[in-house]
This record gives sequence, structure tokens and C-alpha cells, in this order.
Amino acid sequence: MNTNTNTRVVVIGNGMVGYKFCEKLVAKEKNSGRFTLTVFGEEPRVAYDRVHLSAYFAGKTAEDLTLAPTEWYAENGINLYLTDPVVDIDRDRKEVRSHHGVVVPYDYLIMATGSGAFVPQVAGVEKDGVFVYRTIEDLDLIQSYARKAKKGAVLGGGLLGLEAAKALLDLGLEEAHVVEFAPRLMPRQIDDAGSGILQRQLESLGLNIHLSKSTQEITGDECITGMQFADGSLLEVDMLVISAGIRPRDELAKSAGLDTHPRGGIIVDNSLQTSDPSIFAIGECAVAHHMIYGLVAPGYEMAEVVASQLMGETKEFKPYDMSTKLKLIGTDVGSFGDPFASEPACRTIVYENKAKGVYKRINVSADGKELLGGVLVGDADQYNMLLQTCKNKTILPPDPEDVILGSRGGEEAGAGVMSLPDDALICSCEAITKAMLCHEIGENGHTTVDALKKATKACTGCGGCTPMVKDIIQGVMKEKGVYVRNIICEHFDYTRQELLDLVKMNGLKTYTDVLNTFGHGDGCEVCKPATASILAGLWNENILAKDRAPIQDSNDRFLANIQRGGTYSVMPRVAGGEISPEKLIVLGQVAQKYGLYTKITGGQRIDLFGAHVGDLPKIWEELIVHGFESGHAYGKSLRTVKSCVGTTWCRYGVQDSVTFAIELENRYKGLRSPHKLKSGVSGCTRECAEAQSKDFGIIATEKGWNVYVCGNGGTKPQHAQLLASDIDKETAVKYLDRFLMFYVKTADPLTRTATWLNKMEGGMTYLKAVVIDDVLGIGDELEREMQLIVDTYFCEWKEVVENPELRKRFTHFVNAPEVKDPTVQFEPMRDQIRAKEWA
Amino acid sequence: METLAINTDKHTWHAACRVEDIPEDGGACALIEGKQIAIFNFARRGEWYATDNECPHRQQMALGRGMIGSLGEEPKVACPFHKRTFSLKTGQCLNDDGYQINTFPIKVSEGIVYVGV
Repeated sequence: MNTNTNTRVVVIGNGMVGYKFCEKLVAKEKNSGRFTLTVFGEEPRVAYDRVHLSAYFAGKTAEDLTLAPTEWYAENGINLYLTDPVVDIDRDRKEVRSHHGVVVPYDYLIMATGSGAFVPQVAGVEKDGVFVYRTIEDLDLIQSYARKAKKGAVLGGGLLGLEAAKALLDLGLEEAHVVEFAPRLMPRQIDDAGSGILQRQLESLGLNIHLSKSTQEITGDECITGMQFADGSLLEVDMLVISAGIRPRDELAKSAGLDTHPRGGIIVDNSLQTSDPSIFAIGECAVAHHMIYGLVAPGYEMAEVVASQLMGETKEFKPYDMSTKLKLIGTDVGSFGDPFASEPACRTIVYENKAKGVYKRINVSADGKELLGGVLVGDADQYNMLLQTCKNKTILPPDPEDVILGSRGGEEAGAGVMSLPDDALICSCEAITKAMLCHEIGENGHTTVDALKKATKACTGCGGCTPMVKDIIQGVMKEKGVYVRNIICEHFDYTRQELLDLVKMNGLKTYTDVLNTFGHGDGCEVCKPATASILAGLWNENILAKDRAPIQDSNDRFLANIQRGGTYSVMPRVAGGEISPEKLIVLGQVAQKYGLYTKITGGQRIDLFGAHVGDLPKIWEELIVHGFESGHAYGKSLRTVKSCVGTTWCRYGVQDSVTFAIELENRYKGLRSPHKLKSGVSGCTRECAEAQSKDFGIIATEKGWNVYVCGNGGTKPQHAQLLASDIDKETAVKYLDRFLMFYVKTADPLTRTATWLNKMEGGMTYLKAVVIDDVLGIGDELEREMQLIVDTYFCEWKEVVENPELRKRFTHFVNAPEVKDPTVQFEPMRDQIRAKEWA
Repeated sequence: METLAINTDKHTWHAACRVEDIPEDGGACALIEGKQIAIFNFARRGEWYATDNECPHRQQMALGRGMIGSLGEEPKVACPFHKRTFSLKTGQCLNDDGYQINTFPIKVSEGIVYVGV
């Protein structure tokens, strides 16, 4: 391989793989000036993310999809020609000529011409309203035509076709159809039964699916009016998107006399060399190992192989795993290894739940020891583990079905990610193995996902490997004995619980004292709010007093929720969701006076948005005069106790839920905790207050109250679990005092009660033993500590309004307190305002 | 406050605020020549810093409201919006490549904070 200085490399094609090649080569040569890189692209824009093309209709812009801006090419000395395809390769003179007549000589030529849409020979494909789905320009055409169309169809029920169908739904067509020639959807990835489940899921979302349909003709005069099928049926549509596969762009290679495959594609050997040793082909235009690799991950691997060879390394492209996982219109689909292996060569285990729309199939070797492949539809959470188990030929557990069903009643099947071999590929987009990650974590100290992203680029492509990367971090740390103590950050070698105990024993009340006594360095955005929470939970002093204002997180710092544009929202407490007409009027008047957007929240109160930081004290002054107090919506603290009306009005109610909700909210208001706390009280078993989705929830029974704890909504919803049943109010309050204070004292920072319980050894049984049976003998202490918080409650906003020292910090400009931030902008929306969209 | 400007070769010193206007180990924003400048009183280290008030990630005027601290020895500020952190010395983003803020010379004299713009 020629590694002389200044090797001239020309890349034909600026798609995802062509770009990746440039990125890899630039990273490897490290500004050594060894290469002169020239790139020709046919499209008017720089390489963009074609995999997530349908996101364009869901609001992403062309810029969002761009892989690297034009400046990146310039900064790295790459000569970039856009809208200028290469039209001729002179292999004798070793130079290329572009459409605009640019002639560039090369030492190595990289063909990354990609593929075009395959358009089947159907009469009428040239009619108006028929499109392909390949580039942003295609999408623009589809979008503008869709404005006057009502019914649209996609020809092709494969991976790309279903993506295109999602695009039609996003464009708001009244009817969206998918027409597939094969008897099932995604015929190359999933089996009949999986396709059936997927079809039902997609149909329930409004797609019409037509299988085993051979399209004979596209009807209409100039514009499409319908599709005529071979079975005689007709589908009336106003527009059609063809997504029936890809065709490698090999025309330039052909005219240059390179070997091409009869069915299309530039033939390359294991080094990705074409029949001309100076010319390589990568991505979807190349035929390697007798096939076209139509996914981005193998394309990236090809880019890596060629870039390495240009650097003088020996590297070959090996047959690449075509396993894939994606989310199609909200439904997870995964296909790995050999999805279609069938008996008797293997044993097939199938789990199907039609009600939930879940289908899982695994193919296990005849001896039951190895996983050969499988299909996942509706729930692909186990995809990464299964793929790794399959690729690495990990020995399966004695009951192989455990890997898809989870072992019932025991520990999790398998030993998780740490049982994988070192060469297991964790990030397939960037080809990062487990060993590389372990090395970065263990040897180089990159122990966060962010740090690993920087060090290895793992998780920066599709992001699908992030959960596994997190598990590997945990695993490596655990092996090193670090995990056991989940320390706060680089400034404190203590867990939150340890620090809380130390702060309490030593009676420390300011952050500086805590840092000087138990920490080192200057603190950061992790330990400052964590310490603030500890101090508030122990002493219940004003969070902005002493040195505590600058250690508060974004919202606590100004006792309001920071919103887009830098304004704040104001949310006074409306305990239990009960509010008088007089107070409602006050809220309306204040909102009107300060030009605020108003919205009813999920927690049964009213949020006022768009307040300038300088207006906050004035707004609160007015609210407080009319009897309002802080709602702590900005704090990691008690938010609301939601209630239904119960016996006061409801004909089904069995207890007075509103009164109990108000009592609880007033008892725990102002309590600072590791994360926010939400609650609800329902007046009967119909559960209108949704108490079982709360950190603590209460449901009335004929005999008293049932208390549930540790539920939450959010990213991973979890139902609360029953702590005690049919108890009276006093007992309920006692248990809640103990439960809440135990949580405040022992949970890690920013850990909701549900996660706290999930991590707790012994789980609910242990929690009950502590709260009800008092096995730790701390029941009285917890109650006392809670009583202190209750007794020392004050409205922190009232203090700020009345204290000039605290109040003066509520300005945008310290040197011009009366001037509001001139960059704040609002846009009108439905008779109110909204924040201007992020730039 | 009146803005008092003193010219030097490279930049002009502007009186931005009084020392007590900026909370210890915290920051605030000052309006100087129509520019929003975040000023930080790193009292713990006896250091003062001045940077853009705008976080380049989502173009929000917020850095003056951010928490300050250190990464190793490097003094930093965290944007209140999405916690991008920036070196107070160089302006370089420390947890997301490709973002950079401007830093400005700053000095304190007789209780007045001056920023060079």
C-alpha cells in the first residue's frame, strides 16, 4: 500500500458511508497532511442521516439531520464539491471528471455512490403523484403533493416502506395504505406469525395493509388515481410512494469497466478492492461476500476497513451480521442471527400475546445450548442481550425460554452484560467492543456515558447501546469494588446517605462548611444541589439564605420553574385541588396583569407561565396578599396531593378524600427530598385520583384507608405497592411520616421512591418491616424528624418578598435591575402566548 | 449604575457592578455596551470570571444563573437549562464537544468590578 506523503484520495458520493469514511480517515491521519481528500456529492446538501429520514416529517429540519456541517469539511482540509456528480473515471490517467468539468487526479478512488430506489416495471409509474423515498428532495416533493391528497399508499412493506408509511401518517393523510407483494410484512426480517402481530399493531394505528398484492398498473390520466392489482382488485389513491427496495448505483463503475454484479453492484474482494486495485467500493453500491449490505452499520465498518488500509494497516471486511432492531410507528421490531432457522435443525420457542401485541421467537440449536437467531415484535427490550448471546455463542440457561420470558420467580436469567466475552460488539454503529469499553472505564477512568461518548464514540449513532453501556460501567465499577458506594461526585467520597448522617452529627448548615469539612475541590452542579437537599431535609431553613442560593439547582435558585427563553412559571399551592371562586379570580387577574400563559396542571393546580425573573417577587407579593403560598413546583419536594371529591359529593365515595388530601398536603408541604414527591387520595376503589401511580397514595375503603407507596409515572411507569390496609388516619400519617423520612434520609440524589425501592435489598418486605414493624428501632426518630419539618414550615416566597437582601437577587441585570432581558420573545398561540421555539 | 469606560489598547474596561452585587461562589448578569455578560465571584478561590451570558447550546441567556464549581482544577459553570458545563478560563465546553463561549478580562478595584469588552 502506498503510504508516501500526500496521497491523493477522491471519494465519489457524500452519503452516510462516504462521510463516515472521511471522518475515519481524518481521525486516523491526525492533521499529518498525509492525504489530500476530495469529495464529490450529487445532492445539493452535505451528508445527512438517511436512517432517520422520516423524522423530517415529524419536525426535524434538514440541519438536524446533517452529519457534519460544511465547515467541518473545510476545517479538515477536505475539498467538497456538492451538486456535482462525477461523470467519468479515467483509470489510465487516474483522474475523475465531474459534471461541472472539475478534473481531479487520484492515487486512490473510493466509490461510495450508494443506492437509488428500485422502481419496479409497472405501467404508469411515470404519472404525477408517484414518488420514491430516498432523499430530502424526495421528501420535499412528497410533502408538497400531500397537501392536496387524501389517500396515499406505499408500495413495499419492508423496513423502508413502513418508514415511508409512517411519513404518510405524519403528513396527515386521511388514508394510508401499505401494499406488499410478499405474503407478510418485512419478509426479510420476520416470520409469518411476527408479521401478523406487527400488522395488527400497525392497523390499530390507522394503516391499511394489503399483502400478496401484485401491482399491475398505476391508473389515472396524468395523475395517479389508483392501483390495479393482478387479482382484479383496485385501490383508489391520490399518491403513491415507491419503496420496493434499493438498486446499487453502479453505472459509473460499469462505464469505467470495473467488474459489476449481473443483478447490480460493484464487486469487491475482502479488502473492498474492486477489479482495479486503486479503486475501492464501500456502502450500498458494493457487493461483498456476494451480497449488498443495505444497513448503515456494515457500511460504517466498510469505511473503517478502507480508511485503515490507506493508513497502511491490514484489515479485511468480514461477513457482517444483519441483525436489526428498530421502532416502526411505535412498535419495536427486532430480528437477529438466523430468524428463520426451523426444525428439525433447531428447536423453536415461541411466545405470543395477541392482546398486548407481543411476539417473540428464538431458534435454539438442537442440543439446546446455543441461540441461533430470532424475531421480536412489540417488545424488543431483550434484543441487545439476545443478539450478544447469539453472536458470542454464550451457553444458554437450562430452560432457554427464560431468555425471552425472564425466569419466573427467581433471579434474572443469565449474568447480564458482564457475562459476555471481551470481543462482544456493544455499539455496532461504531464497532466498539466490550473490551474497548472496559478498558476506557477501568484504565482511563471514563466512568460516565458522556465520557465514553467522547472517548470511543459509542452511543453516538443510533443510541440503542446506551443501556448496555451503562450496565458495563456499573459492572466494571462493581468489579473494582467502587460500585458498592455510589459516591456523590468527584468532590465528595460519600454516598448521599453517609453525607447526610455526617452533616447531621456535625450540625453543619452551609454548603461551604460541608465542603470544607467533608469534601475537596470547589464543588459542582451535582454535589451542590445534593447538599442543598440534605441541608433542607435536616434543618428546614430558607434554601436561599446564608450561602445557599448559588448551590440551588436551576429552579430552586429562583423559587420558580425556568422555561424556554429564560422566563419562569409560577405555581401557588392549591392543596388537594380545592380552590374557591375568589382565589380563582385572583389567579386570573394576576396572570392578566403580568401577561402570563395559564394552564391547568396534572396535579390539580394552575400554572402561570412567562414571568420575567424581575417580576417574580411582585407577582408573589400579590398572590400572598390574597392568601396563596408557594407550591414548591420548582423543588425536589412535595408537589401535590391530588384528590377526587369522595363522600362530600360523589354518590360512590366511602370516605372524605378531599379533606384527607388537604390535611396530607398541608402536613408535608415544604418537605425537601431526594426527588419530587407526588401523592393522591381516592374516595373509593374506582381510584379517580390515580393514587396508585404516586409516590404515596391512599384509597378509601369501607373500614378506613389503604396506603400505597413507591409508584410513579414518567419514563418507566410503576404502580405503587400496598403498604397497609384498612387503617385509620392517625396510623396512616404515622406510617407516611416514617416512610417519607426514611426515603429522605437514605435515597441517592435524584432517585424517585420507585427506583429507591427497586434498589432496596429485600424490597417491599423490608420496607414494611422498617415502617410498620420498626425492625431498625428508628420509628420514633423518623417521626420526630418529620414533626420538626412540619413544625418549622414557612412559606419561602413570603420570606423572599419581605426580605430585601433575598429579594434584590431577582433581577436579570445586576447593573440595571429595572431592565428585562431583551432577548425574551413570545409568540401568540390560541389567544395566549408561548415561548419562542429554540433556535 | 453608571457605566464608566476606560480605554486600553486591547479592550475597554467597563465598571460593571459592585462586588456585593454578585453572590459569593455564584454569578449574575450585567448589561455592558448592550452585551449580556455573566460575572462570577469565585470567592472560594478568590477569583473573578466574566463570560458570555448566552449558552450556545440552545441560545439561552442563562449562564449568569448557573452553578459554578470545578472539574479537577478547572473552574467551570453549568448552564441551568441542560447542564452543559464551560471552563471559566477558556470558555470551552467540558461535556459536549463543539460548543465554546467567550471569556472576558475582569478585575476588581475598590469594591467595583470591571470587565474588559
